[in-house]
Amino acid sequence: MSEPVLSIRGLTIALPKGADRPYAVEDISYDVERGEIMCVVGESGSGKSMAANALMGLLPKGVRPTAGEVIFDGQDLLTLTEKQHRKLRGLHIGMIFQEPMTALNPLMRVGAQISEVFEAHGKYNGKERQAHALALLEEVGIPQPDKAIRAYPFQLSGGQRQRVMIAMALALEPKLLIADEPTTALDVTTQAQILELIRDLQKRRGMSVMFITHDFGVVAEVASRVCVMRYGQIVELGPAKEVLENPQHEYTRALIEAIPSNIIPEARGGERPAPLLEVKGLNKIFRSKGGLFKAAREVRALDDVSFTLAPGETVGIVGESGSGKSTLGRCVVRLERPDSGTLSLSGTDFTTLTGEELRRQRWRVQMIFQDPYASLNPRTRVGYAIAQGPMANGVSRDEAMKQAGELLDLVGLGAVAVDRFPHEFSGGQRQRIGIARALALNPELIVADEAVSALDVSIQAQILELLEDLKQKLSLSLLFITHDLRVAAQICDYIIVMQHGRIVEQGTAETVFLSPREAYTRELLEAIPGRAHELESA
Amino acid sequence: MSFFARFAQNRGALIGLIILMTIILMAILAPFLYPDSPWRMVQRPFLSPMEVDGFLLGTDTMGRDVAAGIMHGAWVSLLIGLVSTTVALAIGVPLGAIAGYYGGLIDDGLMRFTEFFQTIPNFALAIVLVAIMQPSVTSIVLAIAIVSWPPVARLVRAEFMSLRHREYVEAARLVGQTNRTIILRQILPNTLSPIIVLASLMVATAILLESALSFLGLGDPNVMSWGYMIGAARTVIRQAWWLSFFPGFAILLTVLALNLVGEGLDDALNPKLSRERS
Repeated sequence: MSEPVLSIRGLTIALPKGADRPYAVEDISYDVERGEIMCVVGESGSGKSMAANALMGLLPKGVRPTAGEVIFDGQDLLTLTEKQHRKLRGLHIGMIFQEPMTALNPLMRVGAQISEVFEAHGKYNGKERQAHALALLEEVGIPQPDKAIRAYPFQLSGGQRQRVMIAMALALEPKLLIADEPTTALDVTTQAQILELIRDLQKRRGMSVMFITHDFGVVAEVASRVCVMRYGQIVELGPAKEVLENPQHEYTRALIEAIPSNIIPEARGGERPAPLLEVKGLNKIFRSKGGLFKAAREVRALDDVSFTLAPGETVGIVGESGSGKSTLGRCVVRLERPDSGTLSLSGTDFTTLTGEELRRQRWRVQMIFQDPYASLNPRTRVGYAIAQGPMANGVSRDEAMKQAGELLDLVGLGAVAVDRFPHEFSGGQRQRIGIARALALNPELIVADEAVSALDVSIQAQILELLEDLKQKLSLSLLFITHDLRVAAQICDYIIVMQHGRIVEQGTAETVFLSPREAYTRELLEAIPGRAHELESA
Repeated sequence: MSFFARFAQNRGALIGLIILMTIILMAILAPFLYPDSPWRMVQRPFLSPMEVDGFLLGTDTMGRDVAAGIMHGAWVSLLIGLVSTTVALAIGVPLGAIAGYYGGLIDDGLMRFTEFFQTIPNFALAIVLVAIMQPSVTSIVLAIAIVSWPPVARLVRAEFMSLRHREYVEAARLVGQTNRTIILRQILPNTLSPIIVLASLMVATAILLESALSFLGLGDPNVMSWGYMIGAARTVIRQAWWLSFFPGFAILLTVLALNLVGEGLDDALNPKLSRERS
């Protein structure tokens, strides 16, 4: 094999004092060979992005490499000055980031931003720059490149913005492309397209790609080799096929197993019992007031949505961003008021309740929120946060606090957690607190809005397990909203697929996953990263 | 890191705190060090500082001890600063909270009412109010409070508007907490840091306002205040500079100290922001 493009040898990066560990990464070594896609995989805090940031000279203040070298093109990148680094960035190494909206200048046209890359490195004159920019946009497959070149970033969709970012990174034909979680913020179908594009460009240009991700599904899609990291150390390193099919290290195995697989839960036999929740013809339109210079805008978030949920059942609502799935959840818990349609909970009409009457009935439907950091009041002790619900519904403080302790025990945190503040807990633990809070009122229905989306895969698996366990113990009825079909497949009995505020398809998990009727559902299923690999190994 | 350790990291804040403590000490010790009324004529007028033993800062146009005036004036300044700020908070916080939490028509109504106060220049309104109510400590405190609550209401409203859509507030609504409980227990505690910082700066502004009112002769005629001292000395500023210099310096120090402390509180209460700033 020829010389590697990038070679990291014994790299150690120290963290400032007071961090949770002394080193961000410790004595890591790996190569990126010519023309391969090297995936660096790890959960949050594993130090997977650190090596890339170090070689680009983008380490945050106070974090610095203390040992090792990063050889690129025969020189050690760690010894470069800021000026030399700047020359290197873009020219020989391109980089794309997770959030394409914040990485682009919102006030500059796309074409100008790409031209700026040429300008920074003194290449071409004005006209040639525009021509090259156009050619690049064509290459990354933006629809109508001649129009896109004059567009501002906000006029493009997330996927298109990521394409622009890729075009900018490729502008000077770098030998190495570093992609730091480039698809994490995107919908599945868009993610599939971007992955395809990166694979395609890599082949066509013969570049090397260093691909940083947390998702083993993505690894299965693109990687030629994989480097698995945990706590700043390399756990496993090898060809993608071998690592995926025959993981040597326990942690890798745990990570791969933690990915919710396509194994569909057994369909329940028999008829569905009488519904607990009955939603009929629900509509919700969001209007933004127009001003002097802008027209009023209307967004149909929910368009004639009807479905039912039986007691003890888990119904999954699946859709991409903007499909109206969260609005539906918020209407069911009555944080939003639907414009028309009815929503009845074991016979009571929930749509028309208002004010004090609504407040009194609220205990019947509870919600588990997406963001475990934002959903707990930072100044309220955990036990009290859980007890507040019952107290608001007339339970005495002592009784409610006692119950809060029991609930914390039930969700696996132990009753001692009662007196602690939310910031003392990790994301997964906070989500358990959120679940305990939802359970405190003994609700008839729980709505989980992207309840595991913000969590690492291994934590995700634990929370799903907890929910499964609680379902058995307490015969919970769940409305489970998610964008992740793999998660939905694992926990739901019944699936509803939404797009543009409408229900595209609904049916038992089995029928939706194994024999989807609608084209959109099929498209969604095919876009799941790592699906091909899974079908192979199944 | 403890709260005080974070506060002490800002050296200016520490200095401010020391100055403020000294001024408070002055106010407490005034009746013991200068048991006589500061209005009493005790020596020949126009004694310059340290000309005669026992009159460290000299005497004024009527032969009153300037040092006694400054010590007693500290009490008045601090009292007026603190009480008027408390009253302003008592008006501004609930108004802002209600406007920010409920939004809609209630918000519109309350904010128009607030703007009504904001459109009139602060100082002009304060003068009119004191003139109508007759100058006294109470009327001065009220006037200062009435002109300084609108910024509080605006700040609290903005905080409430950004916090009321947080997930933990929605969670509180979902478990059926009443609006009152949500406002008092969920949102208000999370708006305290900016309110505390604003309050510390308001005390400084109030002291300045009181001085300005006294300077114009609208002070309480029964209490010696720094503003009154400067006002009384303005006609003789060329012959007796110390008469306006020392009270002026006292005002400067107090306001500076309060501003430094306010900034230190801001840093200590928002550790993230201060780290970015340094």
